[in-house]
Amino acid sequence: MSVFSRKFRDKTALFWMIISLVILLLMPILLAIGLYLKSLPILNGQSFWELISESDWKPMQGKFGFLPFITSSLWVTFLSVIIAAPVCILTAIYLTQYARKKVLAFMHPVIDILAGLPSVIYGVWGVLIVVPFISKTVAPFFGLQTSGYTILAGAIVLSIMVIPFILNILIEVFRTIPEELTEASLSVGATKWETIKYVLLKKAYPGIISATGLGVARAFGETIAVLMVVGNVVKVPSSIFDSGYPLPALIANNYGEMLSIPKYDSALMLAALILFGIVLLFNFLSRMAIIRSEKNQ
Amino acid sequence: MKSKIDIKNLNLFIGKQQILKNVNVQIPENKITIILGPSGCGKTTLLKSLNRLTDLYEDVKVSGEIIIDNEDILHSSQDVTAIRKKMGLLAQRPYPLPMSIYKNVAYGIRISESENKKTIPQRVEHHLKQVNLWDEVKDRLNSPASRLSIGQQQRLCLARGLAVNPEIILADEPTSALDPISSQAIEEKFIELKEQYTVVMVTHILRQARRIADYVIFMYLGEVVECGTAEEFFTNPKEEKTKAYIKGAFN
Repeated sequence: MSVFSRKFRDKTALFWMIISLVILLLMPILLAIGLYLKSLPILNGQSFWELISESDWKPMQGKFGFLPFITSSLWVTFLSVIIAAPVCILTAIYLTQYARKKVLAFMHPVIDILAGLPSVIYGVWGVLIVVPFISKTVAPFFGLQTSGYTILAGAIVLSIMVIPFILNILIEVFRTIPEELTEASLSVGATKWETIKYVLLKKAYPGIISATGLGVARAFGETIAVLMVVGNVVKVPSSIFDSGYPLPALIANNYGEMLSIPKYDSALMLAALILFGIVLLFNFLSRMAIIRSEKNQ
Repeated sequence: MKSKIDIKNLNLFIGKQQILKNVNVQIPENKITIILGPSGCGKTTLLKSLNRLTDLYEDVKVSGEIIIDNEDILHSSQDVTAIRKKMGLLAQRPYPLPMSIYKNVAYGIRISESENKKTIPQRVEHHLKQVNLWDEVKDRLNSPASRLSIGQQQRLCLARGLAVNPEIILADEPTSALDPISSQAIEEKFIELKEQYTVVMVTHILRQARRIADYVIFMYLGEVVECGTAEEFFTNPKEEKTKAYIKGAFN
């Protein structure tokens, strides 16, 4: 092969790599622009602030208030991460600091399988186990009556789903902490728990934030499993035993139907845009938190 | 020569592999003892078994005795945290704890001595002065320790170890990541510190051993080949392997 043709191939390869990268970077931007353009009809009629702070959702009458969906999403998401994060942190600490290496080696594929299970399976599990458990056991314990299709059910199912994701990152976070740091702490007379509490958790803090942030972002967008157990009632929830209607469920349940109603598809596109924006915001916030805490270490 | 640490018939296995083979040595008090040998000979393992950091290894089996102040520290009834507190550890690279300069030094005092909280600032200052770091950091005690240079970090780690009033200083190739000037600072510090402490240091640098050693333990493949005073070791080695090592045959 001539020198010219070899150099040409070299350049061509590089060219395609850059093109791939550009496509990758353009995707979310194009997505956002597309959603924005599609939701313009509804945004032209009402202010954005009005739309997200109104709780009236009557498409037939042209009333589109997104507040019930946004609050439902926030409730389900935060509750699920509040359940999942401590479980993940404790498990990751046990697996990396206490368990034998064989146990960790065994757990890795198990976690990957859990992460790879289709979400509809978690949804069915939620309907069969979690929903009845809440209606027959948990709610009566608090003196309440409910069908079980609640924010709490959604959060429990969701927490089980995000655990493998958060856990995988946390295991990596704790594994990359140098053993010498543990030795340094132990050698001044600290116990193992003191070492974990004062040194390892502190060192892992940025990682814990980023893992939790990614968990939130994932939980926020999760659709099928949640909509199967959360009740899908349009109402701003006031307790975890209320039903809710998260944003992804709104889009999945209604898109493709009733699109003859004026502005209805535009409203759903706006729901998607809000979802997109909130996920982006959480990613951004957790990244900021990481940068700040890394500076302070 | 009074011995501080008395190691008797120490054997250490990790799984089926024997890392230390029947080690019998005495480490003299208030001297610098250098554990010398090519990499992979068990120097670090020997050092870490002195403060039982070898407990952290998986599948480790230890037999024999390590007697410090008339007590066998390998005996299961011993309080491991108290044993470790007796010994300051300096690792190959500095590993400052993820906290401020001040808190790094105060850490050991805070967790182990709950009584005298009021004296902590004075003690932190004292130990930072002890390692000649005070003047460099006194205006930024609350900034993260990771912002110090590597050489400063290593001195900080030494101060952190000294802060819990140990009797012994264990050092595992403490200058291997440092520039020549920082290395010299550590070596000079050790010579000063041996007045009050017993220093045990692992190194594979012959010249460093010549510069600061009072007593030398030479290891090869998990066994102690020869041990004795530095003078005798370097001028009149008895074993063939020692002679070869001093000439540079293993490096």
